[in-house]
Amino acid sequence: MAAPRIGMLRSLVRPEEKLLLDAFRARQVQVDSIDIREMVVELHQKDYPWDVVLERCVHHSRALHCLKILNDAGVHSVNTYAVGAVCGDKLITSSMLVKAGVPTPSVHVAFDEESALKAIELAGYPCVLKPAVGSWGRLLAKVNDRDAAEALVEHKLLLGTYHHAVFYVQKFIEKKGRDIRAFVIGDRCVAAIYRDSPHWITNTARGGKASNCAVTDELAALAVAAARACGGGILAVDVFETPEGLQANEVNYTMEFRNSIAPTGVDIPGLVVDYTLAEAEKHRRS
Amino acid sequence: MAVVAACPTCAGEVELVEGTEVSEILECPECGAELEVESLSPPKVVDAPEEEEDWGE
Repeated sequence: MAAPRIGMLRSLVRPEEKLLLDAFRARQVQVDSIDIREMVVELHQKDYPWDVVLERCVHHSRALHCLKILNDAGVHSVNTYAVGAVCGDKLITSSMLVKAGVPTPSVHVAFDEESALKAIELAGYPCVLKPAVGSWGRLLAKVNDRDAAEALVEHKLLLGTYHHAVFYVQKFIEKKGRDIRAFVIGDRCVAAIYRDSPHWITNTARGGKASNCAVTDELAALAVAAARACGGGILAVDVFETPEGLQANEVNYTMEFRNSIAPTGVDIPGLVVDYTLAEAEKHRRS
Repeated sequence: MAVVAACPTCAGEVELVEGTEVSEILECPECGAELEVESLSPPKVVDAPEEEEDWGE
């Protein structure tokens, strides 16, 4: 049987993409490294030369639209457009988690300046105002009191871009300096890290330190349930430890893992590649 | 074998070691500028794009 035809959709090659390319080569699998910045597609086109495309773009918006085109043309992707559409938007992610009954912090949503202030008051102080689209902890704001709330809402409105007109207000979870990132591949939670930081934002992209977190049954169950709620695939689930138990915060669909391989001892890129190859077998196009 | 490209910011030498990928992000060892590998042959690096609002996970 012919070898599976794999594409890796990317723009910049970060350490993650390099590790993935190395893992494909180690398995003697040829992979097309597709720079999305050089792509030109015609929407009626169907003759894409891949059985599966592993999406690894740093730009969410470009990735999402390209996945839509590929999936509609019959090309399977890891992850799919549907998963990217959910995970790329914190509000939709939270809604899907709530719908699926996955424990997640309370979120109030509002669509107007006055109602945003009401939502913040209902969430209680402190709370966290997040842009629905965005990552690496950008533009997250911890709102400690009414004065801060009024200033933040005014600033967000004046920022102008349309997605600042949707107000996502999350209950502040006292994390005691850490949260958990759990890596889910298919139906398995393969690894997890603690992200420790003296700052309330614990992203490793913002300086959070990674260390191994044991994958307990409780953590695995929550992470896999959260991943399934968002459509499944290769996903990184951010988890809070709360007095009421673990809660899923966000789910990431183009996960970064450069800082998680050494502390966990898990070959995350190898597992991503193995899953992608298995998906390619399932979705062969010829 | 490693080849050398010129940093567009400081004109310093940026080594492209074996296994370097096109579009890979590197840091200039002399000025610290973040660079993107545009070409391996001939070796060429350009300023990496600025971080945008929808970047990352």
